Amino acid sequence: MQFECTLCGYIYDPALGDPDNQIRPGTPFEELPDDWVCPECGAGKEDFSPVE
Amino acid sequence: MMTVETTQQLSSFRAVRVSEHVYWVGAVDWTIRDFHGYATPHGTTYNAYLVMADKPTLIDTVKAPFFSEMLARIASVIDPARIEYLISNHAEMDHSGALVETIAAIRPERVFASAMGVKVLADHFRLPHPLDAVKEGEQLSLGNLQLSFLETRMLHWPDSMFTFLADDGVLFSNDAFGMHLAATERFADELDPALLTYEAGKYYANILLPFSHLVTKLLAKVRELALPITLIAPDHGPIWRKDPAGIIALYARWAAQQPTNKAVIVYDTMWNSTAAMARAIGEGLAAGGTRVNVMPLSGSHRSDVVTELLDAGALLVGSPTLNNNLFPTVADLLTYVKGLKPRNRIGAAFGSYGWSGEAIGQVRDLLTAAGFEMIGDGMKVKFVPDAAALDECFGFGKSLADTLQQKIATNHTDA
Repeated sequence: MQFECTLCGYIYDPALGDPDNQIRPGTPFEELPDDWVCPECGAGKEDFSPVE
Repeated sequence: MMTVETTQQLSSFRAVRVSEHVYWVGAVDWTIRDFHGYATPHGTTYNAYLVMADKPTLIDTVKAPFFSEMLARIASVIDPARIEYLISNHAEMDHSGALVETIAAIRPERVFASAMGVKVLADHFRLPHPLDAVKEGEQLSLGNLQLSFLETRMLHWPDSMFTFLADDGVLFSNDAFGMHLAATERFADELDPALLTYEAGKYYANILLPFSHLVTKLLAKVRELALPITLIAPDHGPIWRKDPAGIIALYARWAAQQPTNKAVIVYDTMWNSTAAMARAIGEGLAAGGTRVNVMPLSGSHRSDVVTELLDAGALLVGSPTLNNNLFPTVADLLTYVKGLKPRNRIGAAFGSYGWSGEAIGQVRDLLTAAGFEMIGDGMKVKFVPDAAALDECFGFGKSLADTLQQKIATNHTDA
């Protein structure tokens, strides 16, 4: 499932991961490290909500 | 190359002492009237601050064309080359536009920004060397004085941060608590309070409204940290010296977005039919006991409409149908409103049309997408409203007043 940053609108897509920050494609949002932050605005995981 | 005239002019730019160790060394922009789509009829200021510590420190710079003005004000206190540290609280170009030139002129030992600020500034400028990132809660020693930092991500950019000088109790709050208001006075207590509330509200509505839940969180954090704030020094407009708690309380109220018993009716019109509807709906709302502001888009700037919306509980939008579409000025406003994410407000659509009448449905859909709780499908009148149609508009306004007042009562019961 995709998750959207409620602060800036960035979408985390597990299919793409976040390679710039060492998150491999295929990593579900739940398995992102606790200190992972939004690559666009720096928001924490708690500021993300699932995209329906 | 500097002309004689500008040299003379520069010698008149002086710093203003803010606290024991802090000087205002910013610039006054009397001429700006359009700040990226935000109407600034009173101009603005770009505030930069000089902290006279063992290591003299400059906090923020100014918009690029005002570099010389800032440098002249600094020079009225110290030789600018003596500045050792430079801190960027916010990377937007009205505060960083003069950064590269400032670095070249003063050659500071180090330049600091938040972690996101380091990235964002690198995406703006070719900087001579990398900047140093400071973290939340980190202390920076200036020798005899200490600075600390508070990250304020997305208030209103990813890089935004506050810098606090505990020794003088000065909170350097970047864009927060600021306003677009050019003046020779540097302190809020020297200016008309009604003007300050209006301009601070306009700034909040146009810049910070989408991040209201973050404002609420930040204010709670500031309370928790119990910072000994005696003075708030924002990056635009006057410094809050006498009553910094006053502007913090206003921010808490605006961020809560509780509906109030006020409606904004905004419309455009082709042959005055939608205008006539707007007036009749407004009279109905007023008769129902709700305060109304009727704003024709032909003469009201989008940034003024959202300023009125800040303390309103309802937004009513009227549009004629032009070539099967809503009127372009109405589309402009609704695009702007959607981005500002207003919450806890009711909405309604209305308009006159000739044959197809698509605009009313389009307005309704856009207001829904913008987060308004829509009341009814919208009032439609074919061509020119007659007395019966205007009575219906009046009744619609009156019933909206009831709906709004019920919503307010429910909200208060919930709270």
